[in-house]
Amino acid sequence: MSVTTATIPASPRVTLRLVLWGAVLVLALIPLLNQLPESSALHVGDFIVTITGKWITYAILALAIDLAWGYTGILSLGHGAFFALGGYAMGMHLMRLIGPRGAYGHPTLPDFMVFLGYPELPWYWLGFDMFPYACFMALFVPGLLALVIGYLAFRSRITGVYLSILTQALTYALMLAFFRNDMGFGGNNGFTDFKELLGMALNTPLARAVLFYASLVALIGSYWVCTRISVSKLGRVLLAIRDAESRVRFLGYSTTQVKLFVFVISAVLAGLAGALYVPQVGIINPGEFSPGNSIEAVIWVAVGGRGTLVGAVVGAFSVNALKTWLTTAAPDLWLFALGGLFVAVTLFLPRGLVGLFSRKVEK
Amino acid sequence: MKRPILGLLLAMLLLVSPARAQDAFTTALPGLAGSFGQIAEAVEKLGASADPRALPLLQALQEGRLLKREDGTLLLQTDAGVTEVVGGRPTEVGDAEAVRVNNRVRGALRGALGSLQILSTNPEERLKAAEDVFRSRSAQNIAPLEAALARETIPAIRTQLELSLAASRLASPDNAVRLQGINALAEVTDQNARALLLETKAQVPDLARQIDGAVAKIEGRLRVRQMVETFFQGLSLGSVLLLAALGLAVTFGVMGVINMAHGEMVMLGAYATYMVQEALSGTALAPFALPLAIPAAFLLAAAVGAVLERGLIRYLYGRPLETLLMTFGVGMILQQAVRLIFGAQNREVVSPAWMQGTLTLGGLSLTANRVWIIVFGLLVLGLVVAAIRYTRFGLEMRAVVQNRRIAATMGIRTGRVDALTFAFGSGIAGMAGVALSQIDNVSPNLGTGYIIDSFMVVVFGGVGSLAGTLVGALTLGVLNKVMEPYAGAVLAKVVVLVGIMLFIQRRPRGMFALKGRAAEA
Repeated sequence: MSVTTATIPASPRVTLRLVLWGAVLVLALIPLLNQLPESSALHVGDFIVTITGKWITYAILALAIDLAWGYTGILSLGHGAFFALGGYAMGMHLMRLIGPRGAYGHPTLPDFMVFLGYPELPWYWLGFDMFPYACFMALFVPGLLALVIGYLAFRSRITGVYLSILTQALTYALMLAFFRNDMGFGGNNGFTDFKELLGMALNTPLARAVLFYASLVALIGSYWVCTRISVSKLGRVLLAIRDAESRVRFLGYSTTQVKLFVFVISAVLAGLAGALYVPQVGIINPGEFSPGNSIEAVIWVAVGGRGTLVGAVVGAFSVNALKTWLTTAAPDLWLFALGGLFVAVTLFLPRGLVGLFSRKVEK
Repeated sequence: MKRPILGLLLAMLLLVSPARAQDAFTTALPGLAGSFGQIAEAVEKLGASADPRALPLLQALQEGRLLKREDGTLLLQTDAGVTEVVGGRPTEVGDAEAVRVNNRVRGALRGALGSLQILSTNPEERLKAAEDVFRSRSAQNIAPLEAALARETIPAIRTQLELSLAASRLASPDNAVRLQGINALAEVTDQNARALLLETKAQVPDLARQIDGAVAKIEGRLRVRQMVETFFQGLSLGSVLLLAALGLAVTFGVMGVINMAHGEMVMLGAYATYMVQEALSGTALAPFALPLAIPAAFLLAAAVGAVLERGLIRYLYGRPLETLLMTFGVGMILQQAVRLIFGAQNREVVSPAWMQGTLTLGGLSLTANRVWIIVFGLLVLGLVVAAIRYTRFGLEMRAVVQNRRIAATMGIRTGRVDALTFAFGSGIAGMAGVALSQIDNVSPNLGTGYIIDSFMVVVFGGVGSLAGTLVGALTLGVLNKVMEPYAGAVLAKVVVLVGIMLFIQRRPRGMFALKGRAAEA
């Protein structure tokens, strides 16, 4: 736990800021370049737009994990659960919007419910036809779950690996639960075949661009929130908790409350990421809860450099770019590469890619 | 009233004098050419006759190979040709038609065939026949059953015969005989007996009180048996968890190293079993492949564990979260390597003959391989306890855990002990793989399904306590199985996980918490 925030001197800090805004600008150009005629040299395909949009939501998830792990020392191996819950909330809205266009043509019930013989919508599906309510639930449900789990865990001082295992068990349990048909969440198949969102038909350039920019704005917003927290007095307490929790408690801080606050914020961000992710990929199923997904997200943060917000974002983009490239170029090698990343980063690069960069700056 | 006594007399007669019995056969024969009622009566008589010639005749009737001429001559059609029943002369089919049967005749046939076959020399046929008689339930069968029971020596068949006899008695018109049957059935622990009694209750309201008493008795015993069976299944699941968690209790509990690649060590053990089986197939050692796989699996997993500890983990001591991530990556690499070498599809590991089938124990039937896994789990636990308590290595290991620096000053090579301890824990996981290869698919992701459960067992039982691991594994196994009928397998698992989370609230360090300063480290 001896890793500290990269202390970057003032002038590189300005360069960093310039690089960041440059990166945002490049990202923002992608949907515009997509509009160019295909003959143009600068044209980017639909695939690039969708996948970059997906990575942006991953970057938000990485920020959420970094806030909990890199800043507060809470290694959650269950953040995929918050991500998936946010996704499911948005998925429920999208399912309601299908309306009578399903294969069975039922006016309100989604196809899988007609198939399973539901007489009417279960109570917890009510209200999901309203977009604001669905958005609220996408943030509220992960936050509430984090509040309950965090309260139970932090109160009895479950820390370190115990918390990691506990959160992993949580997402595992949720995965098993969501696989059940009688949960009312589509079981094995989850939700798919979405038609529209906010009156826009999905799978059109317009919808892609809107979702892309929404994700980008959400990423910038999340980054801003995390920065605010990290530079505040609270942020100092977080770092102190990470490095010596008992001492902070002896100094009179309620570490339980502080950790709970960060954990809930982190879960809400993960839920936001999930809610933006689902309409872009067009499917959500219980596989999103699998413990492997959560731990893969943790490695993004580790690769990028935990304890730095830039690191989380860089890690999410670089690991996923590597994944996209390798899974098509040499599918057999991807798991070796990912496993190798886990080993290499923990052994040789405890501060991640950003650490590599900032060390050079310090020299 | 009259018939059973007559049948009894007849049965006694046929035991002493075969000549008279043959008369019963000949006198019953003409009935087969008559009306349905006459046919049924004749069939019952033939069944009670215990005559060896009656069996092929009734079988022919059942299969529609018994023919009848207009003049009432009966013909028997076989693969060899057509013969006259009386006299046995070969003849032509001509205008003969098959003797037709209705439901009443069919019922009579089943009972008659049963009561004839219960005298067969083949024990399997006798057992099957006794079961058939149970289903046909005719008072006609009482006498043959009693006769058969007097001669039967095989306990399993005797049990079935007694059951069938009691069932036949229920069909008697005499309430005293019925009561006998009810009392006999009350002593049987069987779902069918219960159903039969309830059926009789509807037909004979006079005996309702006695039947209710008998049913209550049966139900009580069925409940107990159900509980014992659930408990056994729980123990069986618990011993699987125990095997998977024991290695973890050493690496995590004793060394404090979170090894997320533990499941992959289990998987390697299962593949070692497969490799030993393939290597030995066709040789004289093939039947012993499974016992021989145990040391092989131990050594393979231990070797991988030693390399992992010396090569990687030792650089991360004191940084548990990093260890967790790093070993997760190692697990991924191992899984993918195995997938590339052996392919993604499941590999078949055959169970040796002595592990197949079921064991019957006081009316309970237990799957043999499950019993063996329980035994194996306890053996491995004993081995681990003995190794830690009584060997030089165990002593050094405990010394290093208690105080690394003092142990080092005493001349213990702590690095070597670390490597050996980790190899030991991994080796135990490998042995667990041998057991799991018998009940689960041997596939590259065999281990992933067990890793979370194993951690739960260790956390629940108390980190660093082998007794806790044992109790934790068995408790979780039994809890899972007890809840399954009410909640379904998946929900039971969810409930258990949530339960553990709540349990940790009360006892953050598990059931068997280590006391003292060591626990605070």
